[in-house]
Amino acid sequence: MLGKLSWAAIPFDQPIPLLTGAVVLVAILAVLAWVIIAGHLPYLWREWITSVDHKRIGVMYTLLAMVMLLRGFADAILMRAQQAVAFHSQGFLPPEHYNQIFSAHGTIMIFFVAMPFVIGLMNLVVPLQLGVRDVAFPTLNSVGFWLTATGALLVNISLVVGEFARTGWLPYPPLSELTYSPGVGVDYYAWSLEISGVGTLVAGINLVTTVLKLRTRGMSYLRMPMFCWTTLASNLLIVAAFPILTATLAMLILDRYFGFHFFTNEAGGNIMMFMNLIWAWGHPEVYILVLPAFGIFSEVVSTFSGKPLFGYRSMVLATMAIFIISFMVWLHHFFTMGAGPDVNAIFGIASMIIAVPTGVKIYNWLFTMYGGRIRFTTPMLWSIGFMVTFILGGLTGVLVAVPPADFLLHNSLFLVAHFHNVIIGGVVFGAFAGYTYWFPKAFGFRLHEGLGKAAFWFWLVGFYVAFMPLYAVGFLGMTRRMQHYDVAEWRPWLMVAGGGAVLILIGIIFQIMQLVTSIRDRAELRDSTGDPWDGRSLEWATASPPPVFNFAVMPDVRGEDAYWAMKVQAQQQALEGREPDYRDIEMPRNSPTGFVCAFFATIMGFALIWHIWWMVAAGGIGAFATFVAFAWRDHDEYVIPAAEVARIDRANLEQRRAALSLAGGT
Amino acid sequence: MSELHELHDYRDVAPGDEEEVRVGPRLLGYVVGLGLAIVLTITSFFVAGTDLVWQPSIPVALVVLAMAQMGVHLVFFLHITTGADNTNNVLALAFGLLIVFLVIGGSLWIMSNLNHNMMPMDQIMQMQR
Repeated sequence: MLGKLSWAAIPFDQPIPLLTGAVVLVAILAVLAWVIIAGHLPYLWREWITSVDHKRIGVMYTLLAMVMLLRGFADAILMRAQQAVAFHSQGFLPPEHYNQIFSAHGTIMIFFVAMPFVIGLMNLVVPLQLGVRDVAFPTLNSVGFWLTATGALLVNISLVVGEFARTGWLPYPPLSELTYSPGVGVDYYAWSLEISGVGTLVAGINLVTTVLKLRTRGMSYLRMPMFCWTTLASNLLIVAAFPILTATLAMLILDRYFGFHFFTNEAGGNIMMFMNLIWAWGHPEVYILVLPAFGIFSEVVSTFSGKPLFGYRSMVLATMAIFIISFMVWLHHFFTMGAGPDVNAIFGIASMIIAVPTGVKIYNWLFTMYGGRIRFTTPMLWSIGFMVTFILGGLTGVLVAVPPADFLLHNSLFLVAHFHNVIIGGVVFGAFAGYTYWFPKAFGFRLHEGLGKAAFWFWLVGFYVAFMPLYAVGFLGMTRRMQHYDVAEWRPWLMVAGGGAVLILIGIIFQIMQLVTSIRDRAELRDSTGDPWDGRSLEWATASPPPVFNFAVMPDVRGEDAYWAMKVQAQQQALEGREPDYRDIEMPRNSPTGFVCAFFATIMGFALIWHIWWMVAAGGIGAFATFVAFAWRDHDEYVIPAAEVARIDRANLEQRRAALSLAGGT
Repeated sequence: MSELHELHDYRDVAPGDEEEVRVGPRLLGYVVGLGLAIVLTITSFFVAGTDLVWQPSIPVALVVLAMAQMGVHLVFFLHITTGADNTNNVLALAFGLLIVFLVIGGSLWIMSNLNHNMMPMDQIMQMQR
């Protein structure tokens, strides 16, 4: 009746996950109870859960990422603490638990922190920057978000019901095959990524279509803000690469569930094929994450230097070059697997070449800053911190791209330090820069600057203190994923690294304080102009937060840095001159399709993990029925009358005029 | 979103979205495509089962016919043309082909290289003998 599920699945003998699970459960129940008792449920359902507004969905993606960041960071600090104490001893985490923690840390940080963070920011900003009213497929957007949330939920359920994979964040066979991983850990991994992978894929298709087909009048490709270009490249990579992940995990699932032999040791299976396929997805994935971050830095650096982006066209070219080359380097993740010198050399050279367009970008940012009047706001600090940190990470990357060097450094903590250097220094800093930069656009008030700067400095210093020692112990020969060790020279470095993790923890606490304080003081931090940073692109041309239709009248773009040009040339006209010709606006109706679909997908995923076949059928039928019901809908749009549009827009212009005359008067 | 449709210039048409309203010429296109596809299919079967062609060239002939078949499908059924209204579709096709070529070609190359280098010890011994 319940497949493999029984009371034995709940780890009553392990206090750490049980206690954590209990605390989280109580917290969730408390929040739910508060929401229901305070009567917020109808509001949440109407305005958020069923919303197909790209801004709301973007915010929910980002929120998911930030919540999961706490979970992933909890794993990280457990690992650092374990390695700081596990010298000549077992530490406080037993091996089977430690292995789950490092697997969950990697999986969560990549799939449920970095991915939703960048997708959330793209969702929020790209339609605004393109000057349009929504993404190409609004309901699909909601489905994509909720499927991602399903994956995150399944990973978290594994904390208390059953176990998570002990295989590392990529489940290499033969360890991940049924023979060596008979538990449900790998199944949790595989199904949560299959489901959230579908969500990511539809988000990718959606954003590609949005950039290619929905641009406002005059927004030609070479007038798009840089962030739209990097979004296009990143989402094209999603469309090309994520099917490979889905197919590879499907093959692993077939091996585990039906005794296939894709990646087994015997009967013609080939273990090496798994490494090959997973990295054919895995390397583009790195650029899926970092390209949007590059776009964010381009916007931030240009805005806070008060100058157009230096070398815009070379930036576009560099982005597209990275986009293509990122599909030609995946073998550098397994140089040591036994390919011949010709194969290793070619992939090594391709990996080094990718540093060239990245270098072009760095110089472009530097020259954008050169001669500008730089304002050192929090987003700008993250950007400068990124440039320094990312160059270091890039250099160690070029080092490990040399096959003979890689043979020495493979699977050592040097490698761990390298990829944290580029992912934290690139993606995470970029996400935080974008979060601080666009927060006023999303909510209408700025984040507290002082706390933001404190958070930045703790993150930056904490990062260096936590990961520079790992480069050193990597050179001393320490391999990754060690539960305990007996080498005395490693110990001091690992203690220091543990201290770095504590510094990052303080940074995260400052970020939470920043959010709480900013919400409390939102009246003082209010942005009535819609343009708190003196921005250059179209998202700043509308109110903060933007009305549901984004723009009362579709903007007319006449050049790069569209909003800057408007401000310079036609600001007085736009604010004081004639009224635009308001018309009725049709907007997509809210739809619970995404939420209901994800609800059934969660049931189905959970049932598949535990082999509860009747429940699989129930979930599958439910999800399909939801799709059919959606396909049969009669009304998919509603009309906002011109008078209402005019009223909202006049109020916005009134506010802006007031803010302007205030600024003009002083 | 009617306003968007007004705004958007139609130099870029999605596959299947045709502006031509008359049925006649479109039907003709499909019929010609169907005819060509059938001819190519029959030719493939014929070539494979006959000794009219030089035997070792048969695989090459089949590959050529398969490519022609793909071309017919792309032009007549998926309406990929070189016209200015089709840039996105052509680029998408080129990108898809590039990725397929890189991933499949690369995988074959890598895997054969790995299989060769990582041969089990007994097989290496046999080769040396």
